[in-house]
Formats: sequence, structure tokens, C-alpha cells
Amino acid sequence: MAEVSLLNVAKTFGDTVAVEDMTMTVPDSAFVVLLGPTGVGKTTTLRLIAGLERPDRGDILIHGRSVVDETPAQRDVAMVFQQYSLYPHMTVRDNLAFPLRSPIHRLPEDEVARKVREVADVLRIAHKLDNKATALSGGEMQRVSIGRALVRDPAIYLMDEPLSSLDAKLRADLRVELKRVQASLGATILYVTHDQIEAMTMATHVGVLDAGRLVQFGSPREIYESPVSLYVAGRLGLPRINALPADLFPGAPAGARTVGLRPEHIRHGEGKPSRVVRIEHLGDQTRLHLMLEGHDIVTLTDVHTDLEPGDTVAIEPRNALYFDAAGARIA
Amino acid sequence: MSSFSVTEPSDRQKWIAGILVVGYALITLMPLIWILATGFKSSPDAIAYPPKVLFEPTLEGYVNLFTTQTRQTPEYLEANPPTTWYEEIVHDKGMVIAGPSRFGGRFLNSVIIGFGSTFLSVFLGTLAAYAFSRYRIPLKDDLMFFILSTRMMPPIAVAIPIFLMFRSLGLSDTHAGMILLYTAVNLSLSVWLLKGFMDEIPREYEEAALIDGYTRFQAFCKVVLPQATMGIAATAIFCLIFAWNEYAFAVLLTSGNAQTAPPFIPTIIGVGGQDWPAVAAGATIFLLPVMVFTILLRKHLLRGITFGAVRK
Repeated sequence: MAEVSLLNVAKTFGDTVAVEDMTMTVPDSAFVVLLGPTGVGKTTTLRLIAGLERPDRGDILIHGRSVVDETPAQRDVAMVFQQYSLYPHMTVRDNLAFPLRSPIHRLPEDEVARKVREVADVLRIAHKLDNKATALSGGEMQRVSIGRALVRDPAIYLMDEPLSSLDAKLRADLRVELKRVQASLGATILYVTHDQIEAMTMATHVGVLDAGRLVQFGSPREIYESPVSLYVAGRLGLPRINALPADLFPGAPAGARTVGLRPEHIRHGEGKPSRVVRIEHLGDQTRLHLMLEGHDIVTLTDVHTDLEPGDTVAIEPRNALYFDAAGARIA
Repeated sequence: MSSFSVTEPSDRQKWIAGILVVGYALITLMPLIWILATGFKSSPDAIAYPPKVLFEPTLEGYVNLFTTQTRQTPEYLEANPPTTWYEEIVHDKGMVIAGPSRFGGRFLNSVIIGFGSTFLSVFLGTLAAYAFSRYRIPLKDDLMFFILSTRMMPPIAVAIPIFLMFRSLGLSDTHAGMILLYTAVNLSLSVWLLKGFMDEIPREYEEAALIDGYTRFQAFCKVVLPQATMGIAATAIFCLIFAWNEYAFAVLLTSGNAQTAPPFIPTIIGVGGQDWPAVAAGATIFLLPVMVFTILLRKHLLRGITFGAVRK
């Protein structure tokens, strides 16, 4: 396992800027989640580290060694693709063994068999080892995909939305599994997703990308509690942070254009009266949709609330986040 | 049982469909059946009018196809009784076998040139198609169009320049020359067909292999080629059918050493006119390799499908 750094890396495809001046360090044994909407350069960042793309500028270091001139094989990275990339003409066993039989990693066959068995047990696909890769369900295919990375002991695991195509139950299971594997192996993982639950539950560090740049890097809590901008604040938190005009409530600092209110920033009972529009009972939480002077606000309330649509609730901000006209955080 | 179903045809519909399919098959197979039958007819039966549907089968045509014969005096025939079944057939006509005919050699030429050019077309086509499919090549679209444009006129339109070129290069009537020519003609089809198949193979396959420690070429061999078997098989069949059946260039550029079967078969002359049973026998044998090749590869055509392994 190793530390991986990107230094002022840039990559454009024709007229499209995919990654612009990216500087980031993935610490050794860290689980770093890159967060951002589609087209923000997350996947390109992974492909640059893997060596599937060549940066236009900048340097990439693995273990302090510059790898931009190395082939993907020489870089000693493992990658899980978003789409199933199993070889349909091979069995599950051969798919899992494929990396271990490559000229660079070639292991004796009994060692290969042992490792394949181990990984298959961890991912609970041992009973499918002799199936053709095409004879698996989507979830099984993706587990084999992850397994094909885990059989190796690379400098870093790169994972490109590996769970996005799975159903919710399997996703939750594999989240726990991945986190457990990472902790027990001490693996360095760079993980791309747009699912904030994956980011919050698995990451030791979260990197938020915006238009090919890293805009904030820190622990999930840091990103959640002290976002540097309204954009970052919107990446984490369910229900999503409410962005309202700063002058809606008294007490905004000078220069503030927008006030960002997460559910815990909204105190009920005092302040401005707002109308209840809708109540959503989700079981473990109850969402309250409010209307205040023409602005929609989504917040949480007591699970067993008596409120009904049409009721009035007084609300006021508490420890809210304030942003200037450009979206940068000022308080 | 007359349960109504939207998707399942009724028994009556199945019968009608069956009769239509069998009828169509019979019509298309008619010329083949006629050639097959003529090969087993005696010379008089082959040219009988009205045509004979029922006849006494004989291997005379096949024996004539593979041998050259000379007429002998009854005394000579008497003194040298036939020892094999084919000598007997000839003997009955007052002939003896003088030696093998040239058909075997011509047929072998067809095999060498047909399969040789098919192998070369598919081999070069696969590499070119992979490069066109995966790499950023300058003027890629123009190059692909250029490759296609080589097939925009009938190849025979350039027969005279090719004839002159072959003569000055010493390629006339050589196996190498014919293999080169058929490869050149087939290559555009091969590149275009195979590029379509290569485009269908997800890049992730090779990228995963590259990351897993394989070189580009190893990834190509271990991952791309097995996925492309279906396309390669289909392309090979098309290339072989063209090279195997090509007639015009074969007439023009070959005369002996490298002459293929198509220009040779019609020249089979028997005693006293065209020997139709021998011609039909030659045509029958000529059809076999392509049929066998197609049937062998048919399995791959169906099996190579990468169904469901990649989410689209």
C-alpha cells in the first residue's frame, strides 16, 4: 500500500476540460471518496492514476515515484470499473485468477487457487466459481469485479462507482464489506461515487470535485460541518441543505448573500411563521416541507409529529452557514 | 386443443410456415440437386431429352474427372483385365487409364489460394480493425473511407493494369500473386466488418487487462480475440467464398501452375463433346470445402455472442 499524489494534473479531451489543475494526496491506507456530480472529472482522475489516460500537464506520484511515463501494468494499481468488465469467455475462477496469472504478477498455481478461494469467500461467491461469468446476476458480476481487484495487493485500489448498478440491499452489504476489507488489509482506496451515503459511511477522507478541480478535501465530518462553499455544502446531507436569501432572517453577517440551512440549523417554535406543505414519513425520520415567503424549505421533525399540511410552524436559524455572492463560505 | 395464444402460432400456422419453408428450400436447392445428380449420371443420361429424373447411378463422371484415358484395341483390353473398380468402369468403354488428370492439382491450387488469402485477409483485417477501433489515428475517417473506396468499382475493372503489373513483377500464374490479389480485394470488406465487431467489444475488457499486468498485445490476444471469434468467423466465411469462387481474374492471370478450379472445371472435355457428368462431379467436389468450412464455423457464429456480460 502506498501514498498517491497528483500534482497540478490537467487533462482535456478536445475542447472539454476533464481535469483542471488537480492537486491531491491520497494518504497511505486511507479510504478516499471523490464526490461530485456526473462529468466533473472523477472517472478521468482515476483513469489518469491508472495510466489509461496520459495527463496533459502535471505529475502523478505513487510511493513518491513519478509514474506518468509508466504503463498501467508497471504502476501496480488495481481498478474496479463502473460497468461489469468480466470476461464472458472465462469462468468466475479464471476471471478472478486473471490478474494473478499476468506476466508481471505471475504466481504459482497453488498460490493463485488459494487467493482466489480467499477472495471468493470474502465476497460470498465461492459457490459460483465454476460458473461462466455470463451466468451470474448483476450483483454477483460486480462482486467478481471487485474480487478481481482484491486478489491483488496493489499500491492503490481505484474504484469507479462499483456499487452504483446494484440494488439497495446489496449496496448496503457491500459497503460494509468493502469498509471491512479496507480496514483489515490496510488498503489504500480511491473511490469515486455520487452517492453521499457511500461517502459518509466508508470514507476516511472525502474530496469534492467541481469542474475538474478539487475544491475541498477532508474528513466526511469536516466536509459536512464546515464546507468551503455552497457547492460543497450541497454535496453532503439528506435532506439537502436549504439555500435561502440571507436577508430572510435577521442576523446575517455583512456580505452574505445566501444562508444555508441544514435540518439541524432550523429551530422550531420561534421566529418566522411558515406553512406546512407536506409531511413525508420515512420511518426512521419524518421530513417536513415548509413554505416561507415563497421559499421551499425541507427539514426534519419529530418522527411522531402531529403536524398536518396547512399548519403553521415558526422557525429560526441556529448556527447557520453563510455564503457570499460567489458561493464561498463567509461564516 | 385449441387454446388461443398471442405469441405462440397455432398448429395450422405452423404447418403453413413449414410447407413454405420446405418449398423455398427445395426451389433454392434445385440447381444443387441437379448438379449432384448429373455427377452420378452416365454421359447419355446427362444429355437425355426429356431430362431423366430417375437413372442408374454410375461413378463414371468422377473417374473421368480424376483420370486421363486412352482408347485401346480389344486385344489389349483382353490381355489386361481391370484390377480395380475404377479401371473396370473405364474398361467397359474400351478405354484404359493413362494417368491422373489435372483436376487434383487445380483443386489443391484453389485450396492454397482460397484459404491462404482468407487467412491473410482476416489476419491483416483484424489488426487493422483493432487499430481503427481503439487508437486515435489522424485522418481515421478518411482512411476508413479510402479503404472502402477500393471496393467501389468491380475489381475486374482494373484487370488490365493488374495483368500488366503481374507480368512485370513475375506474379502471373503464381500462388503468391493470386493470394495477394484476393487479399487486396477482400481486405476492405474484412477491415470494415471486423471494425464493427471490434467496436462492439467494450474497451473496459482490455483496460482491465492492462491494469492487471498485461501488455497491450497480450490483452489483445487473451481478451479481444476470444470476444471477436464470432466476427472473425463471419468475415472468414465471406472472404473464403469470394476467393474460392472468383473466376474472372483466375482466367486472366492463371493458366497452369496456379490455375484454380473455377476456370478449369468448364474446360473438362470428354471424348466426343463436353463431358457433363465429369463437369458436374467437379462442381460437386468444388462446393464441398466452402460448405464444410461454413458448417464448422457456424457454431462460432452463434457462440461468440457476449450476451449480458456488459451492461449497456
